[in-house]
Amino acid sequence: MRHNQVLLGHGSGGKLSHDLIANIFIKYFDNPILKQQTDSALLKVDSQHLAYTTDSYVVDPIFFPGGNIGKMAVAGTVNDLAVSGAKPLYLSTGFIIEEGFPLNELEIIVKSMAEEAEKAGVLIVTGDTKVVDRGKCDKIFINTSGIGILNEKLLDISSGINISIGDKIIINGRIADHGMAILSARNELNISSTIESDCACLNHLIEAVIESGANIKFMRDATRGGLATVLSELAAGKDYGLSIDEAHLVVSEPVKGMCEILGFDPMYVANEGKVVLVVNGKDAKKAIKIMNDNPLGKEAAIIGEIVAEHPGKGWITTSIGGKRIIDMLTGEQLPRIC
Amino acid sequence: MKYIDEYRDRELVLKLIDQINKASTKPVTLMEVCGGHTMAIQKFGIPSLLPENIKLVSGPGCPVCVSSRKYIDQSVAYAKLPNVIITTYGDLIRIPGSSSTLDEEKAKGADVRIIYSVLDALKIAKDNPKKKIIFLGIGFETTAPSSAVGIINAHKQGITNFFLFSSHKVMPPAMTAIIDEGVKIDGYIAPGHVSTITGSGIYKDIADIYKLGCVISGFEPVDLLQSILMLIRQFEKGEPKVEIEYSRVVKPEGNLKAQQMLDEVFELKDDWWRGLGILPKSGLKIRDLYKKYDAEFMIPVEVEATREDKGCLCGEILKGLKTPKDCKLFGKGCTPSDPVGACMVSHEGACNAYYRFNRE
Repeated sequence: MRHNQVLLGHGSGGKLSHDLIANIFIKYFDNPILKQQTDSALLKVDSQHLAYTTDSYVVDPIFFPGGNIGKMAVAGTVNDLAVSGAKPLYLSTGFIIEEGFPLNELEIIVKSMAEEAEKAGVLIVTGDTKVVDRGKCDKIFINTSGIGILNEKLLDISSGINISIGDKIIINGRIADHGMAILSARNELNISSTIESDCACLNHLIEAVIESGANIKFMRDATRGGLATVLSELAAGKDYGLSIDEAHLVVSEPVKGMCEILGFDPMYVANEGKVVLVVNGKDAKKAIKIMNDNPLGKEAAIIGEIVAEHPGKGWITTSIGGKRIIDMLTGEQLPRIC
Repeated sequence: MKYIDEYRDRELVLKLIDQINKASTKPVTLMEVCGGHTMAIQKFGIPSLLPENIKLVSGPGCPVCVSSRKYIDQSVAYAKLPNVIITTYGDLIRIPGSSSTLDEEKAKGADVRIIYSVLDALKIAKDNPKKKIIFLGIGFETTAPSSAVGIINAHKQGITNFFLFSSHKVMPPAMTAIIDEGVKIDGYIAPGHVSTITGSGIYKDIADIYKLGCVISGFEPVDLLQSILMLIRQFEKGEPKVEIEYSRVVKPEGNLKAQQMLDEVFELKDDWWRGLGILPKSGLKIRDLYKKYDAEFMIPVEVEATREDKGCLCGEILKGLKTPKDCKLFGKGCTPSDPVGACMVSHEGACNAYYRFNRE
């Protein structure tokens, strides 16, 4: 690591974050469970398999089209459990609040957390509150942790070790809504748009696919770093490659327009309600059909497949038929989106 | 998306590729001058669609790539001064200076703000009357007019705490210097945005004297392929000339208002380019009339001795003599998250574009 201090990029979920985790956190916390670096820690207590995860939310602005920091804090943790193949059950929450924060805003946030938890079928069972001096944090930061029961048949879903050539790659809908909604909600750009965050709990959608019996080999929610980061992580170090067809990615017109103006690639923009699945080739259509029946998956599509060529790398066929690799996000595309 | 999708049409692209294949009979090397073109070419995977005899090389049109490391060192020195707010376009904050970056100074507490328009800097100046607001003006004829607008507006509004630190450069001297250096190219994909301001006249000498075709191109795949086709046809016939492919935006005479503003605020000076050295009349210096907005003149600062990295091929790459893949640091000692040269940091940099889109 060349840097001797923490930069914003270290929190971006991209390469700098990976370096920080590898060079500091794993170095000292080192243990076999952590080392798997899955979305949730996979635990076994007596004979029960559990998934356990935690996430902190520092989004700015705290209220944005399609959600707020509280809704995100519940959905994000529920999704981390769900993509691990777990049924989310209980959440904890910790609030760090800046002195002077309006109580009515806190109530709106907490109410939407409760609503989201109810939708997801989870209980928020423990919590903590700290208040810091004015200026010592930006309005409100929320941490949530969650625990869920892991489906025994899905123990390998986080690592994706059963992925094989011919498997299909699926995403449950349009990308880049969250990042662009946050950006347009920030006053500094003076851009007004109709873009809403896709922030949502995906556990019921995922459960439906699992229950259909489709052979799911891997799942991950595409949050910070966007779809591209999930795909390049999925391929990294593997003996297979990924082949993605850009023509099958759904990006809304307003998001496309805003990305064009700002020079962003939608594949790198954050989502808060998108899951990437790798499914056995012959089950892919069935999975899509199940997902299309759910409002959160009505635009679900097969976007690519696992191939033998270019092992360790994701390649995309661009909208014009050209080919190029997919790389991870480096540094921040946007500040504090989650 | 209207006005964009038409230029990314797969059918049209296939037709153009077919025409290029038919028109092109001998090996040819074309240089895309502009970093925006490099980005688009790599992002859409255009090289994978072209016949093998057509080689595209990247040129010196990435503003932060051709700027000197001393410029970054001086920006870092400004950032360390008390009561200074640095305002800049995003790409610049991660460019390595000799011992620091603006990003690192920001983490240490310097007030460094990414803005999207020079008018944001003027607003910051108005909101912070006790601070000195330095805008890092970087780029070619494309961004220089907006820096000029910043100074003209500051002057009109009586803002006295706004300063421009200019690294602005003009494109044509670098394009002729590359040919003078003996770099073997057969035509220029000429920059679209620069030409929007300057018009097409600035390339006349390149076609007339240097006998190299220049086609001013837009930034979408259809634009780029159409421009390549036009250059190939010129090359095959042996009739180099200046043509405008990007005619929906670029007019032969350019943007006269912007040209007039440029001329009001700036005068030409000899300037240093990475890879090309000092080129006569290639940089933009603030005229004496507006000296009180010139950061270099108004805010003296001590700058550390500049150290260039050994082994970095940025200079050769900017001239099109080498490609990023020829550099032994590429992808190993030098990556976007841990860059050595500016070409790896800027999203318009050839190394960055190759790293992200074309690493095998």
